[in-house]
Amino acid sequence: MIELKDVYKSFSGKDVLCGANLKVERGESVVVIGGSGSGKSVLLKHIIGLLKPDKGTVIVDSTDLSQINEDGLNEIRKKFGMLFQSAALFDSMKVWENVGFGLKRHTHLADSEIKEIAVRKLKMVGLVDVEEVMPSELSGGMRKRVGLARAIAMEPEILLYDEPTTGLDPIMADAINDLIIKMREELNVTSVAITHDMKSAYKIADTIAMLYNGVIIAKGTPDEIKNTSDPVVKQFIEGSAEGPIVLEGIKK
Amino acid sequence: MLLKLIEYIGALIEGPIEGVGRIMVLFYSVLKWLFRPPFEIRNIFKQMLEIGVKSLPVVLITAVFTGMVLALQSYTGFKRFGAEGLVGSVVALSMTRELGPVLTALIVTGRAGAAIAAELGTMRVTEQIDALETLATNPVKYLVVPRFLSGTIMLPALTVVTDIVGIIGGYFVTVILFGVSSRAYLRTTWDYLEVEDIYNGLIKACFFGASFALVSCYKGFYTKGGAEGVGQATTGAVVVSSMTILVSDYFLSAWLFK
Ligand SMILES: Nc1ncnc2c1ncn2[C@@H]1O[C@H](COP(=O)(O)OP(=O)(O)OP(=O)(O)O)[C@@H](O)[C@H]1O
Ligand SMILES: [Mg+2]
Repeated sequence: MIELKDVYKSFSGKDVLCGANLKVERGESVVVIGGSGSGKSVLLKHIIGLLKPDKGTVIVDSTDLSQINEDGLNEIRKKFGMLFQSAALFDSMKVWENVGFGLKRHTHLADSEIKEIAVRKLKMVGLVDVEEVMPSELSGGMRKRVGLARAIAMEPEILLYDEPTTGLDPIMADAINDLIIKMREELNVTSVAITHDMKSAYKIADTIAMLYNGVIIAKGTPDEIKNTSDPVVKQFIEGSAEGPIVLEGIKK
Repeated sequence: MLLKLIEYIGALIEGPIEGVGRIMVLFYSVLKWLFRPPFEIRNIFKQMLEIGVKSLPVVLITAVFTGMVLALQSYTGFKRFGAEGLVGSVVALSMTRELGPVLTALIVTGRAGAAIAAELGTMRVTEQIDALETLATNPVKYLVVPRFLSGTIMLPALTVVTDIVGIIGGYFVTVILFGVSSRAYLRTTWDYLEVEDIYNGLIKACFFGASFALVSCYKGFYTKGGAEGVGQATTGAVVVSSMTILVSDYFLSAWLFK
């Protein structure tokens, strides 16, 4: 179970999160939506302790992340798999070494076994014959999927996806959605995903939460969100430029 | 007016002081992780190769020409007062006590220090360091410790090479070009050279190695702001490391060679 309680975060005077609250139950799949630059990635990084809140608490499996030391944090992180928005592949390593990084560090498997697992995970995200390639030789969408393979390689209990389908073609995007659903159904993972793609959000979410002005302004099932009366959420999911959300600097 | 001035000076020194504080924090965590198993043997060897072995060609060229020019200058200069017999000592003492460690350190900083800062800086801005953390891997242990250790070990090793090759360069110029007898050159080399000269030089090299590696790692590790930030980190690493080497060289020499 993951819980963010009243999380505040600002960067050099710029407030990004202003009292965000979010609760994710075990086995639940939460999708966070919100405008570009609204702090979704920042929110996600708080869950795994990459960023520390200025105020407020982050709780993972009844452990307050601010109350534990480096070793404790690393133990908790072993439960996680995270896909970064930019994939964040290690560019000095081959694709299979990227995917197998966690296995190499935290298990006693031989390289050949790690490679075998890596190849299998790569196949799950629709990539074949790339294991010996360096990440710099891949396309953006391929890098994203290698990042996804790396996130699921250790079969974590909790998966954090930062825009898993951005940069993929619609068919591949849908295949990745299916994979995310499969991960939850088969391994009962808890997941938090960020997406701009409403179709994907409706498909993979048990719960959709919208981040706006540093707080979660709405939370509900896909159906509840679809039929919302909140004008901000309505404008966002309909993708309309008309409404209460104003884009600074862009005038008609 | 005065307040403004104080404010201005404060703002000017705030950055460097904060930097020193944060380097110390990094140094502390390097020391903490240094002795905690499992040791990153593979990474350490890789870095020793990067920092040490790959620096060997530039170090060799620098060493041989430094030894040669030392011999050339001291031979022609000392000839004026009939002391050309001392060339061997001048070369040996200058190389082991001073030029060996300092030149090697500066050359390695220009090469490996810049590379370290650029690599870690790129890893920082592309979130690879964050990714390491999410994979339950401490980035100081995984990235900084091997580089720090390799710098501290490889710089003295390279300095030994520089010392020897420098003396050979001096021999070449004095004996082969100026026709001084080989025995006379070697005798003056050994007569005035003491073991302390060599190992105090190596202590300096150790310190330079540790400091350039730490500074370069620090600059890379805390890089901010994309490609431009990586560029600044790289230049910063070379400038600050070189300054640290040259300034600390004076104080170390004053302390070691009493
Ligand atoms: N490490 C950081 N240092 C300074 N500012 C940051 C940092 N990380 C994020 N920010 C700022 O926080 C704000 C939110 O960033 P974030 O990346 O969370 O947005 P996002 O909602 O994920 O946007 P997008 O949908 O475009 O990915 C941005 O204004 C960004 O400039
Ligand atoms: Mg983002």
